[in-house]
Amino acid sequence: MEFVKSADVVVIGGGIVGTAILRELSKYDLKCVLVEKEPDVALGTTKANSAILHAGFDAPTGSLKAITNVRGNKLYHELEHELDLDIKWTGSLVAATTDEEMQTLQELMARGRKNGVEGLQILSHDEVVEQEPNLTSVKGALWAPSAGVCWPFGAAIAFAECAVQNGAEVIRDCKVLGFVKEDGKITGVETSKGVIAAKYVVNAAGLYADEIAKLAGDDTFTITPRKGEYILFDKTACNSLVYGVVFPCPTKKSKGILVCTTTHGNTFIGPNANEQDSKEDLAVTTNGMNEIMASARKLIPNLPMGASITEFAGLRAVSSTGDFIIGLSDKVENLYNAAGMQSPGLTAAPAVGELIGKEIARVSGAATKADFKAALPKKKSFVRMTPSEQAAKIAENKLYGRVICRCETVTEGEIVEAIKSPVGARTVDGVKRRTRAGMGRCQGGFCGPRVTQILARELNISIPEVLKERADSNMFYEKYPVDGGEE
Amino acid sequence: MAVETRVMNCIMCPMGCELTVTIEDGNVTNVTGNTCPRGPIYAKNEVTAPKRMLTTTVAIEGGALPLLPVVSADVLPKERILDCACYLRGVKVQAPVKTGDVIVENILDLGVNIIASRDMELHEQ
Amino acid sequence: MSQLYDVIIVGGGPAGLSAAYSAWENGAKKIIVIERDRELGGILQQCIHNGFGLHHFKEELTGPGYAHKCIELVKDKLEIETLVDTMVLDVQSNKTVIAVNPEKGLLKLEGKTVILTMGCRERTRGAIRIPGERPAGVFTAGAAQRMVNMEGYLPGHKIVILGSGDIGLIMARRMSLEGCKVQACLEICPFSNGLTRNIVQCLNDYDIPLYLSHTIVAIHGEKRVTGITVAKVDERMTPIPGTEFDIECDTVLLSVGLIPENELSRGLDLDMNPLTNGPVVDQHRETSLDGFFAAGNVVHVHDLVDFVSEEAEIAGKYAALKAQGKLSSDNRTVKVSAIDGVRTCVPQKITMPAQIPADEKIKLFMRVAAPHRKVKLVVKSGDNVLLNRPLPVAKPSEMIAVEIPAAKFNLIGEEISVGLVL
Repeated sequence: MEFVKSADVVVIGGGIVGTAILRELSKYDLKCVLVEKEPDVALGTTKANSAILHAGFDAPTGSLKAITNVRGNKLYHELEHELDLDIKWTGSLVAATTDEEMQTLQELMARGRKNGVEGLQILSHDEVVEQEPNLTSVKGALWAPSAGVCWPFGAAIAFAECAVQNGAEVIRDCKVLGFVKEDGKITGVETSKGVIAAKYVVNAAGLYADEIAKLAGDDTFTITPRKGEYILFDKTACNSLVYGVVFPCPTKKSKGILVCTTTHGNTFIGPNANEQDSKEDLAVTTNGMNEIMASARKLIPNLPMGASITEFAGLRAVSSTGDFIIGLSDKVENLYNAAGMQSPGLTAAPAVGELIGKEIARVSGAATKADFKAALPKKKSFVRMTPSEQAAKIAENKLYGRVICRCETVTEGEIVEAIKSPVGARTVDGVKRRTRAGMGRCQGGFCGPRVTQILARELNISIPEVLKERADSNMFYEKYPVDGGEE
Repeated sequence: MAVETRVMNCIMCPMGCELTVTIEDGNVTNVTGNTCPRGPIYAKNEVTAPKRMLTTTVAIEGGALPLLPVVSADVLPKERILDCACYLRGVKVQAPVKTGDVIVENILDLGVNIIASRDMELHEQ
Repeated sequence: MSQLYDVIIVGGGPAGLSAAYSAWENGAKKIIVIERDRELGGILQQCIHNGFGLHHFKEELTGPGYAHKCIELVKDKLEIETLVDTMVLDVQSNKTVIAVNPEKGLLKLEGKTVILTMGCRERTRGAIRIPGERPAGVFTAGAAQRMVNMEGYLPGHKIVILGSGDIGLIMARRMSLEGCKVQACLEICPFSNGLTRNIVQCLNDYDIPLYLSHTIVAIHGEKRVTGITVAKVDERMTPIPGTEFDIECDTVLLSVGLIPENELSRGLDLDMNPLTNGPVVDQHRETSLDGFFAAGNVVHVHDLVDFVSEEAEIAGKYAALKAQGKLSSDNRTVKVSAIDGVRTCVPQKITMPAQIPADEKIKLFMRVAAPHRKVKLVVKSGDNVLLNRPLPVAKPSEMIAVEIPAAKFNLIGEEISVGLVL
């Protein structure tokens, strides 16, 4: 067998879970490679979710979900500074509108305390309205101070870049096609870029984790995509919506349709929860939008629908086991699964990384690196700098004096830096998720073409080669030659 | 004798009158629906020899931008507009160019020049 | 670096340039125009089609031609400074303007007056909530126009245009001239929002079907657009089930409305008009904040750039007078209301002069809510009719401009209303 590369550990999947695992593994004396089928990391469930760092009162006590949620939440409090993550510790409210729901809050609080969540408290109507003046129809709410919202793609990219600065490798556009096995043990991962020799394989393939496991010989679980649709509002709309994280009372299927802030002060409503067969269908539907608007109106009767700026859908990976699937496969002796990472997967990711990292370190006997660099260089966005910091930055690099994204005030300097960073942006949406260029009210209408031009220049490719996000998602084409065009 | 009626919108002013035009053997014999005398004149031109202005771009080298916008100095026969546009896709000029400079003389022998509609100074790289 | 300007103008499009020239003509000695793009002229530089300038310059010009004329007016005047590639980050209520430029760094400018001429931006897919996937190939018409006309690339090859406003129609022709196939133009209203001239010359000339009362109910394609599903809509603009059909395309261009770009105005907490989405202004184009003026598409979206220039010249003149202490501000204010079929009217208020110069006149710019034929536009104050103008045709897409002469000013009472009589 010819190997293009050899590694101690191959991590499959560059979402929040895969990158968190890679970062943990990079603390040990192990050669680690992460393969991602898409042109960028954080393109699956990580790119379209509620971005909440949950407190941890939802999941049944003792479940992997509950344990990793509470632990993950704690770890984010530490990682926030090390990795310069964008997190707002807003706390969260579960809003009750009926006496029956008030009863449910008591149950949630009791479960939360058993799960180890600190600071839970039931608030009265008046106390809720003090925090969220628009929640006038609410009887009371469960307050969880340890919850927050984060910038999920930023977290995944930070995990990946931290791993890379500690010697790990991230290979994008690299799809897993199969496994080379000897005596029931994986020896190589066959990818679209050749076979990578591996001693251990971690399956963090998100929606496709069941298919990857099956390729390796583990058919013990399946993953069902569950679609959630969202409507995002302009920042100016927050004063008619909410300033924090507001859940309705949960149902069996999901935590319900939220009204929720983001790290940058936009507010969204969503998600709904509809199971489907396709792992690719991310279409937003009229019915779905109507469903989330109707539900959100129960909390906020007058939604500022004129201020919506985008709608999107994400797919959660729901496992057939009902809980996260974390750890050594029952069927393949050197395959580790991190699968079924639906909510609270984002919150749990660092804890999942810790579990799997420690386990592989233990079985492989790898030593901890003495020179592990935990901290990433701080990157303050231009818009958050003080005037004197802005002036100094422009003096250092004049590209910081050219604003490319008007809505979010993102400069050319930041965009170039995002492209040149260790796991750098290669697509227009990749730039968006690293810098916010295109995330504002004009949704890239103005800056999209300019970002395309900057990408072409920095990556030394032609403009028609620049992708929006995935393979074949080209933004622009060459003009027709004289004899070309429609006949 | 071939008689045809055609309905068209007059575009001489914002009124946009809907004209019903009777055409016999290619000639306009009657126009109704107009509210002013410009209606029948427009209808006759549209039926016998419709003409249009053309605005498009040509490639330019050495300027700050890769394209130079151009405009026809006069109206062109409507049925040759696409031919002219296609021809101009193959034209490349050199900066500097001044507004009004002739870019293509007598395009496709139609007796109309194509001129630059903006300045394009030489751009220092 | 801090200098006191008579007039600081935010935006170097036709409004900003016209305002600068007018301020100069009216005696302002230190004027600066700040433009975020690489050159002056604003969006006109990408509007390469003709049809501009008949009112203002008395000749038919292309967009770049019109921009050129405006630039010539401010060029080589010692009193007018222009800055390109410069983004205004903040305008403070004390008339301090913070801007950035790659070469000059962070700039702090102080003015006696400020004129806001930021123009407008296009409404996006998200704002109108088009369902479906989110592939590459969905652009606002203006973004595509810039790529095709200035950068030299095509947004795609098989195009559907949503919205029959003039930008959409112009782009239908433009893409056809570039050799692309324009499959259809869709309009959710039962009437087009574009000029008849453009329907004829941009759609009919190229056999592009216009579907009125139709809209997109789904965009398809995981990577690049592969097609759309279209449906007919009822009178409430809701898609009618069962009327759906598919159109194959690789590109969707949106021409679904323009919104005044008022992020800076909001920061100043100016009084805003919810219908125009622009600041409330008086006949001098002064906003609710003393010394802050606004003109052009930032106040209300215009149909013709000629009117933008006209309005900006007003703002430039009065800003210059204000900077020189020649504009009194102690007079009573009359509210102007749009009623009975008139959707918007600018100015929204009139500051009545204490003494009325004989040549003074107040020009009102209006848009109607729905198309009409043979109506009368009536401007009244109480029971006094200030103006009664028959309109053979009135369309939402075309602005109506009327003037109230000084001779009628003595009839103006507490407020003015502008309405249609059918």
